[in-house]
Amino acid sequence: MAAGPDLGTVPAIDVHGLTQRFGEHVAVDDVDLTVAAGECFGLLGPNGAGKTTTIRLLVTLLPVQTGQVRIFGLDVRRKAMAVRRLMGYVPQQLSVEGALTGRENVTWFARLFDVPRRERTARVDEVLAMMDLTDAADRLAATYSGGMVRRLELAQALVNRPALLVLDEPTVGLDPVARDSVWTRVGELQSQYGTTVLLTTHYMEEADALCDRVALMHHGSVRALGAPDELKAALGPQASLEDVFRHWTGDQLAGEEKGGLRSVRTTRRTAGRMG
Amino acid sequence: MSVRLDAPRAAWADRRPPAAARRLVSRVGTFCLVELQKLRHDRSEVVTRLIQPILWLVVFGQTFTRLRAIPSGNVPYLDYLSAGIIAQSALFVSIFYGIQIIWERDAGVLTKLLVTPTPRAALVTGKAFAAGIRSLAQAVAILVVALLLGVRYTANPLKLLGVLVVVLLGAAFFCCLSVTIAGLVLKRDRLMGIGQAIMMPLFFASNALYPVSVMPGWLQAISAVNPLSYEVSALRGLLLGTPTTLWLDFAVLSLTALAAIGAASALLGRLAR
Repeated sequence: MAAGPDLGTVPAIDVHGLTQRFGEHVAVDDVDLTVAAGECFGLLGPNGAGKTTTIRLLVTLLPVQTGQVRIFGLDVRRKAMAVRRLMGYVPQQLSVEGALTGRENVTWFARLFDVPRRERTARVDEVLAMMDLTDAADRLAATYSGGMVRRLELAQALVNRPALLVLDEPTVGLDPVARDSVWTRVGELQSQYGTTVLLTTHYMEEADALCDRVALMHHGSVRALGAPDELKAALGPQASLEDVFRHWTGDQLAGEEKGGLRSVRTTRRTAGRMG
Repeated sequence: MSVRLDAPRAAWADRRPPAAARRLVSRVGTFCLVELQKLRHDRSEVVTRLIQPILWLVVFGQTFTRLRAIPSGNVPYLDYLSAGIIAQSALFVSIFYGIQIIWERDAGVLTKLLVTPTPRAALVTGKAFAAGIRSLAQAVAILVVALLLGVRYTANPLKLLGVLVVVLLGAAFFCCLSVTIAGLVLKRDRLMGIGQAIMMPLFFASNALYPVSVMPGWLQAISAVNPLSYEVSALRGLLLGTPTTLWLDFAVLSLTALAAIGAASALLGRLAR
């Protein structure tokens, strides 16, 4: 058996002094975060707050400039390949290969995660069934609805049985039924199997319902951190998480500052791909 | 949710990660398989991409065979040209893989691939050989058309295996050249312009249509550093038995493919940002 981190004793995510600059612009500013194993953690904030950059640093897409990031005790700078083996990742865009069937899309990722050949077929069938995609598994992914594509992406992200599932705005552009379907599966995954989930979303009511704790980011730094109930209680007896969001972001309209146009383009592209 | 996972967490822990060489072979195999699956689902691309090579063979090839304007040694010009058209077709297929990788970047597919335990060099090599697979499908179709037009090729299986390797290496180089340019320009429309701008000069500054000996000196110099010329020479030597230095052709194709894989891997990170 290969030596690896003890998933029970170390935090799933441990971030200290994380700072990321793009030229003069500070996208992530001295962020500290700790996410316990098995926790569902929400990273919230307006567009340009630094959520996606933080996620891209955690999943090894961007090299860490300043600070330290450990995933289950592994330093992402030195152990990127081992960190990737622990993770499943669903990006903002609907990103399946439309020219392949659902089953082929999942098998592709099973191969890329070195799922042993003797287990591969069973594992692919298992995650497709888990996402209610068995009946559509042999159809081209180009024929899927937006909600089905998202579920297929979740199946791809789960085929390596990740200890940490990272979801970057997984419900952007989806209709309420599809959104509900995605969150139901994420919630079940987290509660039944103890998978650590890190997610970003713009839908405060969804974060409130699903997340054990949330961090509210604004201008690259964490402004508030805690359980949704704690954050709401600190603001007032009738406060919602949306009120907390408005309180810490100053009621800023999303996309008026940094990252706005890029975010709009991404959302449009996602909506376009879903027809 | 009706189905539970048997082992919900960290299946990675129960086995050792594959060694680097095995992982590279596995990734290349995976990307080639995906390319074959895409081809299986949509064969129309092979057919539509076949129109231009057929025009070159039927119109240009047959006309110039009659004219006897281009010295092609002791083989008919159509036979001579057909090897060049196979290389041209592989070039045209491969040179647009950079656009595909930008599309994959924009669609989020590249991001997901980069978060798998796949080193960037393995990802690029996988893409390069996937381009080779698509080019091979095209090459096989052109060979069939050429045979129907009366071109005589070798039936030696070793030489045909050599043809396969040459097409793969050539496609790998041009695919990685394209990905390298994609990593520099980062935008699809810019890459399309550059792709169009370099494609025809690469083709005309090679021995695909005419022998190097009839070129002016300056063009001969360009042809000598153009990997397409070595690809065409190797294809002609293997398929038709025309004189060439096969070890040199293979060495140039292998080294340029390796260098291009290195350059494309180094620049892939720019696309992810």
